[in-house]
Amino acid sequence: MKTIRTLGLGLILAVFALFISLLFVGQYKLTNQAFEDFITQKNIESPVFRDALKNSVFDQEFSTPFYLANSIAKAVESANETHKKNKEWSMVIWEKPHSLAYQMVKSSGTGFVVQNKIMLWFLTFGLAILGALLFMLPAIKLKGPPGIKNNHIFHSSATNRGWIAWFVFAFLISFYLVLYFRPSYMINWIYLVDPISESLSGNPASQWFLYGFLYCVIMSVMAVRMYIKYRRNKYQVLRTTSVLFFQIVFAFLIPEILVRFEKPWYDFKNAFPLDYDFFFRWNLNELLENGGFGLFILVWGVVLTLVIVPVMVYFFGKRWYCSWVCGCGGLAETLGDPYRQLSSKSLFSWKVERWLVHGVLVFALLMTGLTLYGYFSEAYEVFGIKVQSIQDLYGFLIGSIFAGVIGTGFYPIFGNRVWCRFGCPLAAYMGVIQRFKSRFRITTNGGQCISCGNCSTYCEQGIDVRAYAQKGENIVRASCVGCGICSAVCPRGVLKLENGPEEGRIGSSDVLLGNAMNLMDQLQDK
Amino acid sequence: MYVYMGHMKFKHTQPYENWFWKKNEITLKKGYVEQIDTTKKTLLFSDGENLKFDKLILATGSKPNKFGWPGQDLKGVVSLYHKQDLEAVETYAPNNTVCKRAVIVGGGLIGIELAEMFHSRHIPVTFLVREDSYWSSILPSGESKMITNEIRKNGIDLRLESNLKQLNSDANGKVKSIVIAETGEEIDCNVVGLTAGVSPNIGFLEHSELETNRGILVDRNLETNIKGIYAIGDCAEQRIAVEGRRPIEAVWYTGRIMGETVAQTICKKETLYTPGHWFNSAKFFDIEYQTYGWVNSERHRKPNEAHFHWMHPDQTKCLTIAFDKTTQSFLGINTFGIRMRHEIFNRWLDQNKSIDFVLEHLENAHFDPEFNKTHYKEILGKFNAEHHKNLQLKKKNWSQIFSLKS
Repeated sequence: MKTIRTLGLGLILAVFALFISLLFVGQYKLTNQAFEDFITQKNIESPVFRDALKNSVFDQEFSTPFYLANSIAKAVESANETHKKNKEWSMVIWEKPHSLAYQMVKSSGTGFVVQNKIMLWFLTFGLAILGALLFMLPAIKLKGPPGIKNNHIFHSSATNRGWIAWFVFAFLISFYLVLYFRPSYMINWIYLVDPISESLSGNPASQWFLYGFLYCVIMSVMAVRMYIKYRRNKYQVLRTTSVLFFQIVFAFLIPEILVRFEKPWYDFKNAFPLDYDFFFRWNLNELLENGGFGLFILVWGVVLTLVIVPVMVYFFGKRWYCSWVCGCGGLAETLGDPYRQLSSKSLFSWKVERWLVHGVLVFALLMTGLTLYGYFSEAYEVFGIKVQSIQDLYGFLIGSIFAGVIGTGFYPIFGNRVWCRFGCPLAAYMGVIQRFKSRFRITTNGGQCISCGNCSTYCEQGIDVRAYAQKGENIVRASCVGCGICSAVCPRGVLKLENGPEEGRIGSSDVLLGNAMNLMDQLQDK
Repeated sequence: MYVYMGHMKFKHTQPYENWFWKKNEITLKKGYVEQIDTTKKTLLFSDGENLKFDKLILATGSKPNKFGWPGQDLKGVVSLYHKQDLEAVETYAPNNTVCKRAVIVGGGLIGIELAEMFHSRHIPVTFLVREDSYWSSILPSGESKMITNEIRKNGIDLRLESNLKQLNSDANGKVKSIVIAETGEEIDCNVVGLTAGVSPNIGFLEHSELETNRGILVDRNLETNIKGIYAIGDCAEQRIAVEGRRPIEAVWYTGRIMGETVAQTICKKETLYTPGHWFNSAKFFDIEYQTYGWVNSERHRKPNEAHFHWMHPDQTKCLTIAFDKTTQSFLGINTFGIRMRHEIFNRWLDQNKSIDFVLEHLENAHFDPEFNKTHYKEILGKFNAEHHKNLQLKKKNWSQIFSLKS
């Protein structure tokens, strides 16, 4: 069993090395003809752009994508500089330099990787999945009878902020930076998923397709780990299956298939304000141009946020979304599960959390307000503020840096729910409802708490569960995503997530159960 | 336990952050109290310092029982009651190369925790238990057997009806083996855990004015014979035991209740120690245990106490309900692998419900995580068959569950 595990680990490391080395190989050649086709298709009229690339890049073969991509991006920037100076507005290239560079590089790759996409897919993705399974499956036998085994979590360098954790942190941060800001650097990875993309939407893969596909693969593999670890707890098993289903079907397959039928790419479960660009001009226009179906999406999106979300939170708590449906939550609960104990439980973190998460919600609402005002008044500036620049700022700060780079990159350091706890505007919105108007609570079982601290340690949202449990109080907190792990790791059966009558939901008794001291007498004595 | 097993760090076990004490104007003083001068109301510390007090609450806990075994104070002999014990275990048993085998003496709740700890670091464990089955002085036999199996399933070398004779030392004064009294067998080991019960930790009071027996003697308001000095928790001994309870109760929650009680008293609301219905809980490797009311082992069973026992076929869950043979009233329940709602059983005990009522309403007491499979139909079926009854399981009813809340 141990040998299988070691074999699996070896395989993962070997594939990882191969995967990284793929970034640095290939043949890239931007022919004159391809360039002309591309700019005609994109309506780019800048001669400066062409001249900048002509001598240094055209028809030359490069062995990595980096130089080519940077040259194209630089050419866009310098062309724009010239045109803006000369006020030749029609010549300016409005597309983001690295986004344009990515598209040109994507179509200019030739050679081994491009010709062996399927074989290389098996050597990377295929073997990585196999390796991960070989590494994880022996746990069924090695870790003994079913039951949650958290042994050595704080002895391991991977799960206690040791060097492995810092390495994973550095890798994840770099991955997200490249994904958001230099997609052409990972062009070879994107080639590998071209065949899958083509079979779904009919289009070659983009960096977002690669990301979506990776997301599904990682969640599926790590869900196997969840199934093994929590196999004695039905709630965990069902919840894991649910997030996996919604990620694969709703976030990945349906949107791609919609594109095949020339419908807008849309994730039906992604509710505003998490889906922050839902009311952006380009999206509204796209939906409205799409006839009945587009209109349906528009109505659905509004109803989802204004009706379905609050009603469901009233009946089940925000867990119905965060721990059963959401993609961000799905990744946090699968890939992120080994890191849940790293979230800070300090009072200081709680203060930061409340300011930050509600701040992001306010930011998202203000931005959307400006956007809609601008949309209906057909103005690009509202109160002297450019709508576009506010949107760009939100997209950059919140959408990319907070949700992606920090949200996932910091898993191995600050725990798996950094984004959900400190940044997600939808979580903030649902949290307010959950705190004040919901049937959901975590019930404390009378006087049974021994104050061991497992619940607080393994709370991914940094809630000091024990502080409530040892006082016999129910846990009713805006931030609770209802993952149910506090209840699962409790050695004495103290905690239960449940939906019940609102009456008495928050109340705490002055004397813990087990003590028959009569407080009423004392009140009368006063 | 959880720190050694790597589930938590020490800081996670602390119920409050370090700023808490200062903020609440509580001064934490570290030191060993050597004597209490009750006339001058002064504590004398081992480093020569003094501290005057108006009121004193003694909560000195307990220490492991040692029955005069030769070698019982050797290096490598450990217990598990406080932080120093944890540090000693970490020193003597960091892994299975330094500690090739550990022997645990005493089959109670601490013994099995220690076994699970060593097991987590793959250290072979021999577990000496005096009884013929694990914890059979407390648990009815069906349950005791199930836990006995659970211990063996985890690869622990469990020796029943085995007492310790002596501990042998190596050249450096460290334990190197133990001898079993019954068989004379010598077992090589590097660590010995002594977990054969506890007694109040009151050695430092020997020359004080405080009246002691096995523990510090207290009245029902937890005051000692000296006014203004109280004793709570494991170290306190009731002059007259509270009904249905022992004079010394080394249980975590009675300590807490005594703390709550004495807090009222020193805040000038004189309050008597009044623990409610008995309850307790534990975890044996992967099997959780809860108990409400009294379910006695065969050895301590009352003449009128009858038992209904149900065991899941896979032997990881079971339940025993004790009831009065003549009045049919419900006396207590033990559950293994099934969580129950404390509040409900407390109420049913208050209201002196019958066993039939309890069985029919078990859904209301259910406390397992949502979606977990329940077994109440099978349980009721077995009871009906054994007692020729036709009880029907009632559906869960929220207003009944919360009827006491409002």
